[in-house]
Amino acid sequence: MTAHDYTPPWRRGLGYLGLILFGLIFIGPFLIQLATSFKTDADAANNSLSLIPHPVSYDAWKRIFGFTDNAGIPFGRWLTNSIIVATLITLGRVFIDSLAGYALARLRFPGRQGVFWSILAVLAVPGAVLLIPRFLVLKELTLFNTYPGMVLPIIADAAGIFLMRQFFLGIPQTMEEAARIDGAGVFRTYWTVILPLARPGLITLTILSFQGSWNEFQLFLVATSDPKYNTLTTGLAKFSSGQLGSGTQYPLTLGAALLSTVPVAIVFFAFQRHFIGGQLSAAVKG
Amino acid sequence: MTSSVGSTTGAAPTAVAGTARATAAPPPRSGRSALRRQERWAGWLFVLPALAILLIFLIVPIGFAFYISLTRWDGLSSPFGGGAKFVGLDNYKNLITVDNLTRQNFATSIRNNVYFVLFVVPLQTGLALGLAVLLNNKFLKGRSFFRTAFFFPSVTSSIATTLVFLFLFSGGGAVNSLLNVVGIRGPNWTADSRGVFHQVLRVFGVTSPPGWTQHQFFNLSWWDWLSGPSIALTVIIILVVWTTSGTFMLMFLAGLQNINEEVLEASEVDGATSWQRFRMVTPMLRPTLILVLTLGLISTWQVFDQIYLTGNNPATITPAYLSYSQSFRNSAFGIGAAIAFLLFGLIIVLAALQRRLVGSGEDD
Repeated sequence: MTAHDYTPPWRRGLGYLGLILFGLIFIGPFLIQLATSFKTDADAANNSLSLIPHPVSYDAWKRIFGFTDNAGIPFGRWLTNSIIVATLITLGRVFIDSLAGYALARLRFPGRQGVFWSILAVLAVPGAVLLIPRFLVLKELTLFNTYPGMVLPIIADAAGIFLMRQFFLGIPQTMEEAARIDGAGVFRTYWTVILPLARPGLITLTILSFQGSWNEFQLFLVATSDPKYNTLTTGLAKFSSGQLGSGTQYPLTLGAALLSTVPVAIVFFAFQRHFIGGQLSAAVKG
Repeated sequence: MTSSVGSTTGAAPTAVAGTARATAAPPPRSGRSALRRQERWAGWLFVLPALAILLIFLIVPIGFAFYISLTRWDGLSSPFGGGAKFVGLDNYKNLITVDNLTRQNFATSIRNNVYFVLFVVPLQTGLALGLAVLLNNKFLKGRSFFRTAFFFPSVTSSIATTLVFLFLFSGGGAVNSLLNVVGIRGPNWTADSRGVFHQVLRVFGVTSPPGWTQHQFFNLSWWDWLSGPSIALTVIIILVVWTTSGTFMLMFLAGLQNINEEVLEASEVDGATSWQRFRMVTPMLRPTLILVLTLGLISTWQVFDQIYLTGNNPATITPAYLSYSQSFRNSAFGIGAAIAFLLFGLIIVLAALQRRLVGSGEDD
């Protein structure tokens, strides 16, 4: 702890230089995005690098919030849909994944190993392969262009089940045994003893589920065609790939995109530990 | 329901609960076997909702889609009520053996994705490792702030970040403004379908394809196969490296933290240079490295959202996107599904191959 604690100034300087350089690369785009949303279309196109809008224009934001005759984008509808769908998926996942995770970690039932391996196999199915299968099943079940069609296919997810199983494995078994000796059955033990102990795991699952369902794009793309079901992701994507008949209105699209990332950003900054823990345990599964 | 279950099985043990807990003795046999019986069906009841969802919305539909890949279906009629015409393996044959536009598009998408993987996987792995090593320098202040900054793009929506990058790389965008400062006139990135390798060859005076590259292979000339990623695809490569490095950086950081500090400190005392220490650390990171490479390889073959936003452009299409556009834009669901299954097979083969090649280091 003596000689080698000293770091030469040039190494220190080089370290900070690296941090600042990469910090700019990783955060710069968001700053430009924010600045652009307060620019006029012309200013955005001509001075795209500038972080100071000149002149400052609130036009894009007025159009996002619908405070203008110049019809903007149905941001309110997209936001409402995203909130509805993300809330339902998150609640569903927390309930269904934790039940399944607990059973796989603690309950001895015939076929448990088989169920566990099936879920691991499901984890390996690449998402991009699911576009057509999901469309097919929703069409057959007449769930195409409905909210249940946007929610049910991802209301349980293998990664979440796996996360919860790992978490429950880490809770000491003695707690359950004590509860059972007191005469509690499997269900009561689960509700009154296990779930309260699993709170950190449940918080992680809630956050990852919210982030995943808020950012979900592919399912909503193939589950709906009616614009009234557009979420922030599908609405923005269709709007900017020209399907809704607009040009490249950068201040408007970038402002809307920025606003759409705010909820996840807030959750991220508030619960960063859980994001990191979740990422790492999700990685272990791979 | 909960309370009745609890009381029926609990009747016997309750009386002795107090003493049992105090002495930590095992519960009476009768209670335990009742619990065991309860566990048998409770276990299934607990996993039932999850299994039902995965079965109905994942496993069965994959079977449906495989059937569709053997048919000609327009996506409108009911596929199982005679709306889809059974054509056997024709869709697969069309993609692989028949000399037509479909095969040309498929070959183009494969070429694009191969270059995408070849560039993204090493770049994201290298950048993630570099950032992790940088953040692991204990003498730097504000490391948690920068860790947050590097990780943030990973948690935001792919659609939102792609829109930002399409703006940054537009003709008069921020990137070209920066290049202007150093006197370089940047290309119209997202609209530029020229291959990067072709552009490099131009510098060396190769402006037209040499004769031997004119031969066709899967409806693309060798010249086209060797084009490198298009300039438009380069934007997506940079974007994806930027959004995924943060996650992989966290994995490397966790890996670095597992490495014995004393080993490093001892080496520093011995006068090892940073580079020597880096070389020393890398083998210890092998399990993390394998994980990152595997995850990278699997996810880069599935790139879709970003491609969707660049539009239906041969310079950027990938198999995942082609599967979508054939189905939902051209009403050729049979072809679309066949592409999806070929991609599925490819990913499984690559993952298995990689596991076999590097699997020996993965036993922790």
